[in-house]
Amino acid sequence: MAGAFETGEAYLAALQALLGDTIVSQHAHRGDMTLVVQTSAVADCLEKLAAAPGLQLDVLTDLTAVDYLPRTPRFEVVYHLLNFGTSLRLRIKVQVDDGEAVPTVSNLFLSANWMEREVYDMYGIVFDGHPDLRRILLYPEFEGHPLRKDYAKEAAQPRLELRDHRPWRDTPPEGVG
Amino acid sequence: MSKASTDFASRNVAAEIPMRLPDAAEYLHINIGPSHPATHGTVKVEALLDHETIVDCDVDPGYLHRGFEKEAEAHPYIQVMPYTDRLNYVSPLTNNVAYAMAVEKLADIEVPERAEYIRVIVSEISRITDHLTCLGPASMELGAFSVFLYMVRAREYLWQLIEEICGARMTTSYARFGGVAQDLPMNFGGALRWVIGEIHKVVRDVDILLTRNRIFYDRMRGIGILTADDLRSYAVTGPLLRAAGVARDMRRDEPYSVYDRFEFDVVVGERGDNYDRYMVRLEEILQSCRILEQALDQIPDGPILVDDRRFALPPKEEVYANIESLMDHFKLVMHGLQPAAGEAYAAVESPNGELGFYLVSDGSGKPLKCRVRPPSFIHLATLRQQLVGAQIADLVPIFGQINMIGGECDR
Repeated sequence: MAGAFETGEAYLAALQALLGDTIVSQHAHRGDMTLVVQTSAVADCLEKLAAAPGLQLDVLTDLTAVDYLPRTPRFEVVYHLLNFGTSLRLRIKVQVDDGEAVPTVSNLFLSANWMEREVYDMYGIVFDGHPDLRRILLYPEFEGHPLRKDYAKEAAQPRLELRDHRPWRDTPPEGVG
Repeated sequence: MSKASTDFASRNVAAEIPMRLPDAAEYLHINIGPSHPATHGTVKVEALLDHETIVDCDVDPGYLHRGFEKEAEAHPYIQVMPYTDRLNYVSPLTNNVAYAMAVEKLADIEVPERAEYIRVIVSEISRITDHLTCLGPASMELGAFSVFLYMVRAREYLWQLIEEICGARMTTSYARFGGVAQDLPMNFGGALRWVIGEIHKVVRDVDILLTRNRIFYDRMRGIGILTADDLRSYAVTGPLLRAAGVARDMRRDEPYSVYDRFEFDVVVGERGDNYDRYMVRLEEILQSCRILEQALDQIPDGPILVDDRRFALPPKEEVYANIESLMDHFKLVMHGLQPAAGEAYAAVESPNGELGFYLVSDGSGKPLKCRVRPPSFIHLATLRQQLVGAQIADLVPIFGQINMIGGECDR
């Protein structure tokens, strides 16, 4: 955590004053201040946290998701925030169910663009408003979202047709450059 | 932060992949990679060229994706350690140490002092090998082949030292929860001090060859500039950030292990271009040598693994001698470490920047989630912005200075 606050309680109080009742729950397990916020409010929360004078958590160092199947809501999308100068850190989480979308924060942080693409690739969670939501690590014809708990590690993928694109003959298939 | 958001429309990736835009047919559409000698690790850059200028490009990682996170969820915590070797495979010890630190945070395990010093020593050795692996090929790609050979020879000495410590050059799996796997070999201090002398000679020679070299300077100065605001928005850390003048180094700002006991400088550049990145890395090698010498002077005697049978295997002599140790050994090998349910994030200043592990435990012996925060992937996201409008000949140096390591980027 480090940074500007003497105690965890002071830090939590500042966060509650800023974010109010968009906070669903909080904990500080192993010293990592963590807030769960309402999914619809996450972009606003991150924007406020980045701008707030005492916090300025303006670096989104990590964006990932966790699958808690069979719990509902099934997924948590986890954001790690940091201030380069004070080393203040915060973890923000939102809980979403299968099929529920999360507002994008790629308009606030350039780092979110690729990281949200990876979460979409691995978990199938859609980020509303993302300008370019397509797979990033896996190939476009991949079926399924492998980090989901109901995707078997040994699952086989279908064999693909060779991408033998000849401009005078065919139009390229969808999703392929 | 609000300064970055005004320019997003032009810098965030277009809603359409650039190659499928209507006017793309005017330009030459080529693939650079994934099988290309200068895109280290497998990355494809699809570029639209207007003569020598890159009009737009799409950076396509993922050709080395091996499912690290999925595998980690299927293995006991200790069995994930060999997978971490293969993340940033030019500084594997750093990955080992970072992963061990994350598990230690999650499970609340202490590390004895000697083990902390050993971790610092191997981490700094890894920093030097990583920087040599970045700068050597980067120079070769600009035509300075001798520099590559000098750096590779110096790196060879370091890998031989690592082999003496861990038994392997790259697949080290050296860290354990609560310490390290085995102690340093005899006369390690003498050997390391000799190698540090050789490193100093190589850095001096490379400095003489390149720093004021007309060709090198012209090819690197003013190329690939990213401002500090951009870097903050892209969450770039490490030498790329420091080259732009931001003095952030986790070893100084969020000291972990025993880094607060050493004197060293945080190397900072000015303009954030390729030349400054090169110089930052070169100087960081010398700062790592400083830390290594201090660590060798200060390292105490003592155990190298915490004496707590919930996490650390008992010594083999005891396993064969008394039943309690046998039971502890059995329990640890069969069921492994079982941290209390919860989550933890721990990070180190790896040679590439902030390397973190976010672990979620459900109380069982296997992680529910093992996320690597991969600096290479996050930094590669800046490549498109640096390439648009640049010359095709600048692609290789820019890409080289990002030091994208495929194993860490694609995981």
